[in-house]
Amino acid sequence: MTNIPETGRTTRVTIRLVVLQILVFSLLLTLGGRLWYLQIRQGDEFAAAAAGNHVQQVVQPAVRGSIVDARGVPLADNETRLVVSADRSTLMRMRDNGARVLADLAELLEMDPEEVANRVRLCNAETPQPCWNGSPYQPIPITDEATTRQALQIRERAEDFPGISAEPTAVRRYPAHFEARTAQVLGYLSPVTDEEVEEARDTDSPLLRSDQVGRSGLERTYDSWLRGKAGVTRYEVDKYGRVIGQAEGDPAAAGANLVTSIDARVQAVAEEELAQAMEEARTQRDTISGRPYEADSGAVVVMESRTGRIVAMASQPDYDPNVWVGGISADEYRRLTGEDSNNPLLNRATQGQSPPGSTFKVITSTGAVNAGYPFDGRYDCSSSYSIGSTTFRNFESRGYGPISLGQALEVSCNTVFYRIAHTEWQKDGGMNPGDDPNDWLFKAARQFNLGSPTGIDLPAEASGRVPDRQWKREYWESQKDAWCEMAKSDANDFAHRLARENCEDGWRMRAGDAVNFSIGQGDVLVTPLQMAVVYASISNGGTLWRPQVGKAVIGADGTVLEEFEPEEIGNSPATEQTIRQMKAATEDVITRGTASWRFIGWPQEQIPIHAKTGTATTEGKQSTSWLATFTDDYTIIMTISQAGTGSGASGPAVRRIYEAMYGVDEEGTIDRSAALLPAPMEELPEIDENGTIVADLSGR
Amino acid sequence: MSIHSYPLPKRGDHRPVWRRLLARDSIVRRVDWILLAAAGALSLLGCLLVWSATRNRTGITGGDPQFFLIRQGLNLLIGVALAVGVMWLGHHRLRGAAPVLYAVSVALMLLVFTPLGTEINGQRAWISIGDWTLQPGEFAKVAVILSMALILAARVDTADRTHPDGRSVLQALGLAAIPLAIVLVDDMGMAMVIAVIVLGVLLASGASLVWTAGLVVAGVAGAVLVWALGVLDEYQINRFAAFANPDLDPSGVGYNTNQARIAIGSGGLTGSGLFRGTQTTGQFVPEQQTDFIFTVAGEELGFVGAGGIILLIGVILWRALRIARGATDLYGTIIAAGIVAWFAFQSFENIGMALGIMPVAGIPLPFVSYGGTAMFASWIAIGLLQSIRMKRSLSAA
Repeated sequence: MTNIPETGRTTRVTIRLVVLQILVFSLLLTLGGRLWYLQIRQGDEFAAAAAGNHVQQVVQPAVRGSIVDARGVPLADNETRLVVSADRSTLMRMRDNGARVLADLAELLEMDPEEVANRVRLCNAETPQPCWNGSPYQPIPITDEATTRQALQIRERAEDFPGISAEPTAVRRYPAHFEARTAQVLGYLSPVTDEEVEEARDTDSPLLRSDQVGRSGLERTYDSWLRGKAGVTRYEVDKYGRVIGQAEGDPAAAGANLVTSIDARVQAVAEEELAQAMEEARTQRDTISGRPYEADSGAVVVMESRTGRIVAMASQPDYDPNVWVGGISADEYRRLTGEDSNNPLLNRATQGQSPPGSTFKVITSTGAVNAGYPFDGRYDCSSSYSIGSTTFRNFESRGYGPISLGQALEVSCNTVFYRIAHTEWQKDGGMNPGDDPNDWLFKAARQFNLGSPTGIDLPAEASGRVPDRQWKREYWESQKDAWCEMAKSDANDFAHRLARENCEDGWRMRAGDAVNFSIGQGDVLVTPLQMAVVYASISNGGTLWRPQVGKAVIGADGTVLEEFEPEEIGNSPATEQTIRQMKAATEDVITRGTASWRFIGWPQEQIPIHAKTGTATTEGKQSTSWLATFTDDYTIIMTISQAGTGSGASGPAVRRIYEAMYGVDEEGTIDRSAALLPAPMEELPEIDENGTIVADLSGR
Repeated sequence: MSIHSYPLPKRGDHRPVWRRLLARDSIVRRVDWILLAAAGALSLLGCLLVWSATRNRTGITGGDPQFFLIRQGLNLLIGVALAVGVMWLGHHRLRGAAPVLYAVSVALMLLVFTPLGTEINGQRAWISIGDWTLQPGEFAKVAVILSMALILAARVDTADRTHPDGRSVLQALGLAAIPLAIVLVDDMGMAMVIAVIVLGVLLASGASLVWTAGLVVAGVAGAVLVWALGVLDEYQINRFAAFANPDLDPSGVGYNTNQARIAIGSGGLTGSGLFRGTQTTGQFVPEQQTDFIFTVAGEELGFVGAGGIILLIGVILWRALRIARGATDLYGTIIAAGIVAWFAFQSFENIGMALGIMPVAGIPLPFVSYGGTAMFASWIAIGLLQSIRMKRSLSAA
């Protein structure tokens, strides 16, 4: 102990200890600084991340509201089915990811084991259907067609089927009472897409991944009413998905019910008659083409003349809306949308467009009267009318001599209207129109709301087309490049000559265009619904009503949430006198005109029917049958593509719809007790004390 | 050297008990109470955090929420008893026992590779005897410190030299190399701690800086070589680097690091309250009662509680450094400095990985993490520190 200090340290050691001290406390300061940064500086971000980590939502789907007809008969409702579902988080916790349980389940349900396994896998961009698109915390439905015996087995052998449940669940159903499918009007549901969930996030009705939304028809238009509000329960869960915290959330609120103006019985008759008329047409031989009629598609609209409410609306070809329930199979989907399907999903009453043929003549007549041609004047119904080198003929080249506009409607004389249209075209300047041509006929069409959607409460309605000067110019603008390209060719066939002519002055309204338009031919396109609006305005004395299917929305508790009152979209351009005269003329069509042979024996005195027939021709196709009719209460429009004449193909069908509605038998005797709907249904269906809409299933 | 006296009441002392207790040479005055209080507080806080982390983990508690609390309480009691024992014996008497302690530690470490050894989380570092598991590496830390101090201080404390000579340093390094080589096989974290202890001991011993610098250079060169030769698979490198970029190992280390950071970050200033941390209750952080115990403090006690843990560790290190400076001989100084290096690095690595600034390694937080052997070793270290301090107090008297 001589040369070292008593403390046992040299200066060197002391310095080293100071260095060690500095090092140690720098480390601690680093930790403290980092801790401050994470907890104080960025604490909020991490708190949010932690919240997202441990909260999971479980969704109780709301029961979708029903769609009922005017008397409360359900067109779309829900049935209780035994739905077997699998809880994915339970399965994934098993050693084999639940493979054995699913295999046993497939055996019990008599399903393909692979399909069962596929149904519980989660969808991603590459996964083909079937796969689960919803939240992994949501029970995944395996089948909604379990039998009671299977459901009991699953419950009794719970230890063999962990994570599998069999619960009665409400599933959409289209019950088709009276065999009225109402397919295209009702539309269908399909699961919501990611984009839709994203879009609806901040709106009043946010969507959940498990939601089904209306894709077409009423299901789509009234989706937000019908859907209700799904109940959401939030659970705090641990890393393995086990619930550890208190549940909170909102209970599910059932969707509201939609009362429509549809009468399921009339709908059934309309569907049946349309299908039968097409069937009948296919047995007839078309004398022009020499082949049987194709009758490939058709539509019928039954509308209340004084409100625009739709009583029945059928479209052919149709389909069973129940194929959508529980997920559509690939085969069925192809059958509905494939190339050979002829698009049964299309509602041809609102989306099918074709030239209206002679049913258009009421519009031409109105335009002519407005242009100064007296309705009762005398107009030459020659057998043909020539403009330059082109000759336009009457149907079957018949001539009637000088007749009134009314008689021209009655016998459906073309040349009367050709002449008026040609004269007007010349007055407006012919090939060199002035700045402000009158265009009386085109104006009348626009005023009847043609060329615009009617605004019916069904999605994706077609607007039709009025081929006036403006349209001609727009069309030419869009086509001229193609035409002019074709015109450069040296070829001299018809197509090339036409292209050359169109390239130069395709924007001009030609005499042929004006003349064709006057009888509803050429470029003019209408939907059956638009014609219903036009004819209803004649029936009701001049109001263009917006067609409506929805009548009222009734809450799940039975309170009326909203009533949809009839809504005008405009007034007929026809004067009261013209309307009166056209009414008389269209009644003559039934009593002695083009439709008379189909209405022999009809009690016209008691129930006067008015009609206008139409036979529209399209290049390369057989004639399209049009029949526009109305009584004081109803307007019925029927059209069948490639089925021949208006009265020939559609006459009997339309007559039988009237017979059913008014209770008229084949001899013309009226039996009020057999009448389905002799007058429009004005009141809403009865609602009982539980808030349930009472269905009146009587009749037919 | 004179015969050392220990703080036992002298026979024939006729002073009243309270006077004896308050006298300058009494045990009450010579014990470093601040150090004891800090270690005790940290250990008790650790028990609570272990309890909170394991309450809901029925998978490992066997359904008894207090299972880990009781076990850790027991560990603490045994640890304190060991510390008292070490204080009783004194670090100088342990000098004679150091070679035995060293041999036993190395033998136990080798036992790990026999069928008695158990693998936990991919690391073969435990011996399992019935229900009990023992981690010999923890004792090896104490053994390395004691035996290196013995050799390095021997010639200085006998006043032969002012600083340890090359031979002593080589002997000491040779002794440390054996346990280091054993843990290198399968316990990277332990190897890192022992390596840092060796550096700390060398630094404090006053040996030429060439040795310390040489060791650091050799270590870095070795790491570079291992990396360059491709001895490690890419996933091992990724796991190492994932603390900085969780995307490198998103489901493994990256996930853990991320969840740990979320847990700590969500604590804010005061935390969610004990037992009320959703990250903790939800078991999003793995190994939360051992390696990631700091995240429980971070989430449930917030900046106040987690900062408090760092502060308590700071207090222990401050007292230990004071003891190192005040030691009567180099032997005591080296032991205290070795303990400082050990606690400081282990705490920094453990908390640093929870905070995402250090790579993830299976290293417990001294006094706080669940684990018997680690608790025993830490408290033995406290006993050693107290013993060194009491020696000084007595000499100063």
